[in-house]
Amino acid sequence: MSKETIAPEIFLPEKFGIASHSLEKTLTGLLRRKVDYADLYLEYIVSEALNLEEGLVKNASKSITQGVGVRAIAGEKTGYAYSDEVSLEHIRLAARTAGYISAEAGSNALVPFKSVEKPKLNLYPIDVYPTDVPVEAKIRLLDKIDTMARNYDHRIKNVLASFTSEYRVILLITSEGLIIGDIQPLCRLNVTCIAEGSGNRQIGSYGGGGRVEFSYFFDENRYVLYTRKAAKQAITNLEAVDTPAGAMDIVLGPGWPGILLHEAVGHGLEADFNRKRTSAFTDMIGKKVASELCTVIDDGTIPRRRGSINIDDEGTEAQRTVLIEKGILKGYLQDRLNAKLMKMPLTGNGRRESYAHPPIPRMTNTFMMQGDTAPVDIIRSVRRGLYAVAFGGGQVDITNGKFVFTASEAYLIEDGKVTTPVRGATLIGNGPDILKRVSMVGNDLELDAGVGTCGKDGQSVPVGVGMPTIKIDGMTVGGTV
Amino acid sequence: MGKKGFFMNITTDIALELLEKAKKKGATDGDIIIIEGRSSAVQVRLSAIDTITDSQFKTLGLRLFLGKKSAITSTSDMSPISLERLIEDTCNIAKLTAHDEYSGLPLPQYGAKMKEMEIYDESIHRLPAEEMIEMARKGEAAAFKYDKRINNSEGGGFSKRYTHVIYANTNSIYGDYKTSMFSISVSPLATMNGLMQRDHWYSAKRRFSELDKPESVGEVAAMRTVRRLGARKIHTRQAPVVFDPETASSLLNNLCMAVSGYSIYKGVSFLVGMLNKQIASSDVTIYDDGTIPWGLGSKPFDAEGISTRKTIVVEKGILTGYLMDSYSARKLNLTSTGNASRSPGDPPVAAPTNFYLSPGSYSPSDIIRSVDSGLYVTDLIGFGFNPVTGDYSRGAVGMWIEKGEPAYPVEEITIAGNLKDMFMDIEMVGNDLDCRRKVCAPTIKIGRLTIAGH
Repeated sequence: MSKETIAPEIFLPEKFGIASHSLEKTLTGLLRRKVDYADLYLEYIVSEALNLEEGLVKNASKSITQGVGVRAIAGEKTGYAYSDEVSLEHIRLAARTAGYISAEAGSNALVPFKSVEKPKLNLYPIDVYPTDVPVEAKIRLLDKIDTMARNYDHRIKNVLASFTSEYRVILLITSEGLIIGDIQPLCRLNVTCIAEGSGNRQIGSYGGGGRVEFSYFFDENRYVLYTRKAAKQAITNLEAVDTPAGAMDIVLGPGWPGILLHEAVGHGLEADFNRKRTSAFTDMIGKKVASELCTVIDDGTIPRRRGSINIDDEGTEAQRTVLIEKGILKGYLQDRLNAKLMKMPLTGNGRRESYAHPPIPRMTNTFMMQGDTAPVDIIRSVRRGLYAVAFGGGQVDITNGKFVFTASEAYLIEDGKVTTPVRGATLIGNGPDILKRVSMVGNDLELDAGVGTCGKDGQSVPVGVGMPTIKIDGMTVGGTV
Repeated sequence: MGKKGFFMNITTDIALELLEKAKKKGATDGDIIIIEGRSSAVQVRLSAIDTITDSQFKTLGLRLFLGKKSAITSTSDMSPISLERLIEDTCNIAKLTAHDEYSGLPLPQYGAKMKEMEIYDESIHRLPAEEMIEMARKGEAAAFKYDKRINNSEGGGFSKRYTHVIYANTNSIYGDYKTSMFSISVSPLATMNGLMQRDHWYSAKRRFSELDKPESVGEVAAMRTVRRLGARKIHTRQAPVVFDPETASSLLNNLCMAVSGYSIYKGVSFLVGMLNKQIASSDVTIYDDGTIPWGLGSKPFDAEGISTRKTIVVEKGILTGYLMDSYSARKLNLTSTGNASRSPGDPPVAAPTNFYLSPGSYSPSDIIRSVDSGLYVTDLIGFGFNPVTGDYSRGAVGMWIEKGEPAYPVEEITIAGNLKDMFMDIEMVGNDLDCRRKVCAPTIKIGRLTIAGH
């Protein structure tokens, strides 16, 4: 039962009871000040969350958030105002506040509006949005997962599973005459298992999703896979021993361990930090920052991925940007403000959490191209080291380049073989240096299953990462023994 | 259909009226929380305005029970049609959720007796943007003046936030309160031998007059930044570790998560089964107190209308209580501690109000002086804490202590242990508690942790 989708440029002004020509007038008002650029951003989000614990979907929640953000830019200055009451009066009020950055009067002529543009990309065609799937079906899925996880091993004592989905409609109206909108669906299934045994309690988690339909979780038996992985991790961790501390060789498994790239280099290459010269990568374009085995890409155009977008939150088409090519630093991730000030091209990375935030440069899907070594040969090359396959979060200090990421499933490598599981530990390194130590790159590139959320300046956006199996010669492991 | 000029003023009366309508649609019980307010922030960088933001917000959260089934919805669209539809939607979703024996509102006798609380500084509405910009500018300027190696900046910031919370439930418990919050921060950068370091400092208060002066915020930020210059990595070893109040607060945050009633009943806390047992050294006493005048976490009642109070969580090392809302309390066969917290669209959780480690008798310099060879931690990065096992492993930055004196800065190291052992191993508690956040602690010394480096 396919629902007819109303285009954002019709849906939003109608939803808020504002004729689009009044929006244009508001923008004209903003331009009476001396500003370089202004835009209006309208947003409407329906989100739904279902949580299962102790075998029950105890409650369900559904939220509708809507609002408008008004932005004006003058030189390096940004004025931003937003309101969740979307009326013409509120938009005008917000426009006045945003215009506060420029006291001077200006005589900017508004570029005449072109007709409404449609995004050229169509990365997430969907017949039935996950938010429109009956709640019963989602509850049935969560119940199935609970049973399946408990049957996996009698030591699984509790299962926490959740299904969250979002339907996001955005519309941009800019002083350059652009009117463009997008509908960005997103969903995610998560499974966490708690295992108890031999006086020990452990946790295992797995999940996935993207800009996909509900049926995605049944294709290729994905929900079964997620459940088994979470249960297996919890059971494995029951046997985990203390992690060794200090520098050792590290093998990172494929997929989600690509969070290494996100923390070690991705953030440091966001344009705002480089324009302000606060990044450890400032002025390093053209320089060698990684071994020649490393080519790192940020690509917002991979169909159905969690980090993909048809247009960014400034209306720029998403792109594929080479960040590092064979070890040489190639480019930054740009938004409109920074691209203009740095006189560099736009890359489609101007993103925002919601109407309540101005756009800033953000990653989309960040991954390393694969090499030609078989993963088994990589493990076989290590005498004593750590093999990490699953990670929790990571963080970076942009300025000194130090970054961490924390393993949630890892094993010792002894004489070229993966042996005993170890307790979770944090790995620490230096961004501009760590990829120079990459000595082997596998032929098994995988993108993560679709669970990443990146935080910056108090804004969270969905992102993806990916990597083949790689070997790092000497990295500090924050163990205890 | 224009909505021009339509600004519905939501009050407790309207909330109660909506709940009446919900009852007519089949709900047996329910509650409404409305959070509205205004916030604005300025960011100044290299003395010039970088960003100014200004906002107004209003969200209504509706929770309805159909017997022992429940659902939660929220919206920022306050039009009568939308609210009508919200009630319908909530009832329909609730029909589909599981029958949960423990679900429901708190019993009426636990409802808050409404009292006045000092948490709202009305001057917030009169503080002009010009003054906020000026304070941010002064803070940043003071950092530059402090040391000539300060040669760049992420800026100085000032923000204010006014919030009005309205609560009502079908047991005729209702009320509202207003809060204010001001904060100033400075994030300077320093360079030495081509290597950059960054740190920051801030002050956050409910009352404008209590904010630290911009100059002092800027100077502390600069001091914290400059002392990181020339940081080195050290060899892997075990040693005593002193946490400054900022990093000690983060340890307390980890503990706070583990004493939430939800973590306990779900079995996702390393403190399951430890009530009335020793979990920390006898120097450790921890309170959660939602009634402190002007406290950043103070409020007259929680997100279920229950009065906030002072709870002893740990007394001389013994775990004496959890933080609970009514649901987690029923699951544990205990009573709510008035710690329900909720964003309008989500189910309640148990969250701290003002959660703090009671100060001890040592000055921070006494504590540092007691260390022959060890680490003074001033910043931590990463999320390396597992609440289920207590395993702890995070990236650290700080000063290496030699013979009781800070000797040189260190970085690119980790500290690791298990929170169970770490709290038992607290040897000294400082006298420097300064509640600049909801969860806070003075300087503390932990006898031994593993530090990983080269």
